[in-house]
Amino acid sequence: MSTVDATIGWDRLIEHDRVHGSLYTDPAVYEAELERIWYRTWVFVGHVSEVPEPNDYVVKSIGPQPVIMSRDKQGEIHLLLNRCTHRANLVCDAARGNSSAFRCPYHGWTFSNTGRLLGYPFNSGYDGREAKRELGLGRVPRVEIYRGFVFGSFADDGPTLLEHLGDAREALDRLVALSPSGELDLSAGWLQHKVKANWKMLVENETDGYHPQFVHSSIFSVAKSGIGDLYGEESTALSRDLGNGHTENDLRPEFRRIDQPLGWFGTTPDRVPGYVAQLEAANGAEKARELMIDGSPHVMLFPNLFIAEIQLFVIQPLAVDETVQHVTAVQYKGSPDMNRRMLQQTIGSVGPAGFLLADDSEMYERNQRGVHARSPEWVVLKRGTHRERLDENGHVVGDATDEVPQRAIWKHYRSLMEAGS
Amino acid sequence: MSALPLNLDRLLEVQQFVYREARLQDEHDYDGWEALWADDATYWVPANGDAIDPTREMSIIFDNRSRIATRVKQLKTGKRHAQAPPSRTRRVVSNVELLADDGEELLVGANFAVYESRERGLTVWAGRSTYRLRPTGDGLLMAYKKVELVDNDRAIYTLAFLI
Ligand code: FES
Ligand SMILES: [Fe+2]
Repeated sequence: MSTVDATIGWDRLIEHDRVHGSLYTDPAVYEAELERIWYRTWVFVGHVSEVPEPNDYVVKSIGPQPVIMSRDKQGEIHLLLNRCTHRANLVCDAARGNSSAFRCPYHGWTFSNTGRLLGYPFNSGYDGREAKRELGLGRVPRVEIYRGFVFGSFADDGPTLLEHLGDAREALDRLVALSPSGELDLSAGWLQHKVKANWKMLVENETDGYHPQFVHSSIFSVAKSGIGDLYGEESTALSRDLGNGHTENDLRPEFRRIDQPLGWFGTTPDRVPGYVAQLEAANGAEKARELMIDGSPHVMLFPNLFIAEIQLFVIQPLAVDETVQHVTAVQYKGSPDMNRRMLQQTIGSVGPAGFLLADDSEMYERNQRGVHARSPEWVVLKRGTHRERLDENGHVVGDATDEVPQRAIWKHYRSLMEAGS
Repeated sequence: MSALPLNLDRLLEVQQFVYREARLQDEHDYDGWEALWADDATYWVPANGDAIDPTREMSIIFDNRSRIATRVKQLKTGKRHAQAPPSRTRRVVSNVELLADDGEELLVGANFAVYESRERGLTVWAGRSTYRLRPTGDGLLMAYKKVELVDNDRAIYTLAFLI
């Protein structure tokens, strides 16, 4: 039990339609979150296409903890901790590479890319086999892969990945369905955008349909973007609670109303003929048209993977008031004409200099400074409480600009925090 | 790269250009800065190293001329929140070196350090710029600018002022 549990219960900090400001600023809350969320629940780590070849590895993270994602020579993916089991030196320096083994620079212990201790210099100083067997690298105990997305959980047991994803797994299905080859290639590299803000500011903003017209009006006005209207009062788009803290801005009702293939991406089929032909060949013309109308999902998978149509964001907390947002472009394996456009649009929109994300980030940091004020103590999440309803699958939905997602995030957050106390 | 025969006038012209660009950036003279670009310009700030392929990999900025115009227009709305209010910046540009001259364009290298002050605090940005400058009847124009930040492979704060 942490000091937070002792002093004030989570039910006192998190109500249905408002949350206490200290949740963003209290270092004790942050420490409790690391244990109860980041080092327990399923966290997205990386994608199999980041380590395509046997013996490839890349350094990723779970919360503030660096994690080596390696592919062994049999092709299996491992999540290893970057800490020599001797006296804790880092065993891996490079951000990525190809190697069957990692050699610690301090005293030369060598580990295979499956984590096994292969050997140490000056053998006679240890009593042989025993030590070798016990002293493999630390590992993330549970690793599961869905549609190429690698998730890790530091908990030895608990819900499976599919149980954790629940109905939100469909977001990954929809994302991958837009790739004619059925595969994604996430090897364009990640921008790392640092902000002085609590990680939950980012999670809440990803599916906040209320802010785009205000925060992004500068780029919408000069680039003649239609995105703003998707998040207006008249929009038929929905905000949705997908369960387990996963949330969505479902723009399909608008795209179906507008009925313009690839309108979701702001383009038309004649601009990407190669892609359209591939999608039709893979799915038939009718199904391909449906896919091109519905477009790509806008779903935040709690706690750290945001699927934003043509981008993937990964949220990484570093401290109570410091967070890194990693972002890369979605690329469909084998569809160069579409990929070029998605990459260039992504580069323009996101990251430290992006037309969109620089302004979102400014909001996170302003929120973080604001929430330190003593009064009022609460953050208000009431929007649309009077018009919440259930959809055909039993999920709570609201209008495009409603705070259904934010309430959903906090509801799940509270259940995780209470479960750990 | 071996040194070019020294053409002092040329070097001075290049230096003055690079310093002027720095001042226009620091003083948020967006129109003045945009006027330095040629019509077919490329403005590139790579990420994850300096030698990536921007047509296949993520960059921090990879603007063609029309995207440079969009960037300037966005700043000029006054509602580019990441620059409203604008950062206070001052930069030092040094090691200006004329690297090549093929008769059409001058290849120029320079190092920089930028001090950016915002509500968040003081952020230091450092790196090297490579320019391709095109002599025209109206003086030099930037056909290409590549900015290699020393920390482009690490997490960095918002970079919404002109770098
Ligand atoms: S700390 Fe790694 S070999 Fe000693
Ligand atoms: Fe936004």
